[in-house]
Amino acid sequence: MKSAVVVFPGINRERDMARALKLMSGREPAMVWHADHELPAGTDVVVIPGGFSYGDYLRCGAIAARAPIMDAVRRFAQNGGLVLAICNGFQIACEAGLLPGVLMRNAQLRFICRDVYLRVERSDTPFTRGYNAGQVIRVPIAHGEGNYIADGETVARLEGEGRVLFRYSSPDGIVDPNWNHNGAMNAIAGIINERGNVLGMMPHPENHVEAVMGRTDGRGLFAGLVDHFKLAA
Amino acid sequence: MKARVTVTLKSGILDPQGKAIEGALKSLGVGGVASVRQGKVFDVEIEGADRAGAEAALKNAAEKLLANTMIENYRIEVTG
Repeated sequence: MKSAVVVFPGINRERDMARALKLMSGREPAMVWHADHELPAGTDVVVIPGGFSYGDYLRCGAIAARAPIMDAVRRFAQNGGLVLAICNGFQIACEAGLLPGVLMRNAQLRFICRDVYLRVERSDTPFTRGYNAGQVIRVPIAHGEGNYIADGETVARLEGEGRVLFRYSSPDGIVDPNWNHNGAMNAIAGIINERGNVLGMMPHPENHVEAVMGRTDGRGLFAGLVDHFKLAA
Repeated sequence: MKARVTVTLKSGILDPQGKAIEGALKSLGVGGVASVRQGKVFDVEIEGADRAGAEAALKNAAEKLLANTMIENYRIEVTG
């Protein structure tokens, strides 16, 4: 699996992501600068990592979404390439029109940095094939603006088409306002686009891939992606 | 030419920041405030003196970047 990590000024999770990708795929990802116009030839997966691109000026992700490299990412997605957008990456993907909706200020107005539980809603996607549907995983979140909202029609479509892949839940997989840390609509933590090749999620699976991190629940996502490309090859 | 673009949240979009400001005003004892919504103001200088051209440029700026029209409305004023 050949991966590329897009790097914007103010991003700070790109090295965690590169480490996880190297560990799980055995290949060093290409680091692609925001001012570039092309992705490396033969890229299988593009990752938009977390951080605070452009200091979160204007709106989270708004400026990064208009960077030159994003035209290449948009073309890549239009051609069916897989895009994994984590945290600030999710915000950028929404601003870039790759995903519907928007990430608003957390309902309690606080920046939240802690482990959370996610219920995996489907296992039949390239992003979640390493998990079982209904499985609960524990991964960290670290954001001030992760409160997913979209208009009623969009949310109804996301739900009707099974495009919510991760939901904030209790350790037993119960979706409940007490476990919906940022107030997201329908406790949405991660969604895919209509075609199913762009995933945006607020939590950080790349931070739970090695025993030294305390948990390895994030491995499933990367292992699934690697498997997906092994089978395709 | 001077111009101002005002970006506000659409009605129905939750505004936790506005709510927090509203609460702070209440706790300061500022009476008579029913509710607060927070927005953004951009003061822009436009090159040249073509008013219609300025309005078109500002509309383009607002649609492309200044506002996320999914959740925000914008208003353009060319103040001369």
